Amino acid sequence: MKNSKASTYLRLFITFLKIGAFTFGGGYAMIPLIQRETVEKREWITSDDILEIVAIAESTPGPVAINAATFVGYRICGFFGALMSTLGVVLPSFLIILAVSFVLREFESIKVVQYAFSGIRAGVLALIVKAVWSMYKQCPKNACAYVVMVAAFMLTAFFDVDVLAVIIGCALFGLASSLIVAKGTKR
Amino acid sequence: MIYLELFLTFLKIGAFTFGGGYAMLPLIQSEVAAHGWLDEKALVDFIAVSESTPGPFAVNVSTYVGAEVGGVLGSLCATLGVVFPSFVIILLIAKCFERFRESTIVKGCMSGLKPAVVGLIGAAVISVGKTVFIHDGASLAVFADTSFYVSLVIFAISVVLAFKKLHPIIVICASALLGVAAGYLPI
Repeated sequence: MKNSKASTYLRLFITFLKIGAFTFGGGYAMIPLIQRETVEKREWITSDDILEIVAIAESTPGPVAINAATFVGYRICGFFGALMSTLGVVLPSFLIILAVSFVLREFESIKVVQYAFSGIRAGVLALIVKAVWSMYKQCPKNACAYVVMVAAFMLTAFFDVDVLAVIIGCALFGLASSLIVAKGTKR
Repeated sequence: MIYLELFLTFLKIGAFTFGGGYAMLPLIQSEVAAHGWLDEKALVDFIAVSESTPGPFAVNVSTYVGAEVGGVLGSLCATLGVVFPSFVIILLIAKCFERFRESTIVKGCMSGLKPAVVGLIGAAVISVGKTVFIHDGASLAVFADTSFYVSLVIFAISVVLAFKKLHPIIVICASALLGVAAGYLPI
């Protein structure tokens, strides 16, 4: 019994190590791979659980990958399962970036690399524009949402308001307005 | 104590980021700038590195900033910090997830947070745009600088590529090639 538990821990760790090592871009890009590894291959969880993971990731703070790994690990083997799968998903990026951080500085002084990065910065800007667009498409569209969107944008971009204050303020505004709407419909 | 500072700062980032990927960017920008850990240009360059290496953006960026500021131990502290909040929160709510998700408080807060994230990433477009297009302070001289137009062209091409749903790595490679080509062309 003890042996089988230890092997489940190991399998959780290795599965999430694989997920962490082969997902580029992270976050939602990871969901299909998690589905294949944990639902189709291992049958640890069901596809309904995957939907639940997406929902959970959307309504709790933190990176989607960590949320998903912790959730699946906990479902299968409790606290230590969660620990193993989270360690597994984090370890590849941690090691790779650590290695990159040592060499990135060396390359920076090379002329070609400088030219490449001046192009890449414009490319990254395009990727962020794309991210705004896809986030906008997923967002509920009503008067309140537009007010929050514009306010968050203006306050951060032009008035240097603390980002944390904006996040907390918007959450409270959403809470207050939905409570008012709920009260209105009750009557 | 730099290690504690790294841990606490990334704990804050992990605890207040909702949604995957770039949703984290505005908070990272403001925190990293406030501590003077990494300038905006280095951060944008790193986004490209993160897109081209596996793993979640949050883990990649915390490892990198930690390594730049405090070596291996620094990267460990920063990564632990960014992972910790999601790990704990998922463990706490794993048993009562349905109730958590359906609660009016969570739903209310999320109705404010979703549009807020769109606005916040929109603000990141502005600040990243400044580092891409404006090299030595905002003035009319910007428009006389050929590098402004080079960046503009690369940005426009990258936007087209990104919205054609090409993989981010392809967008980055294309913009890098364009940057190198522009660097060696006699313009």
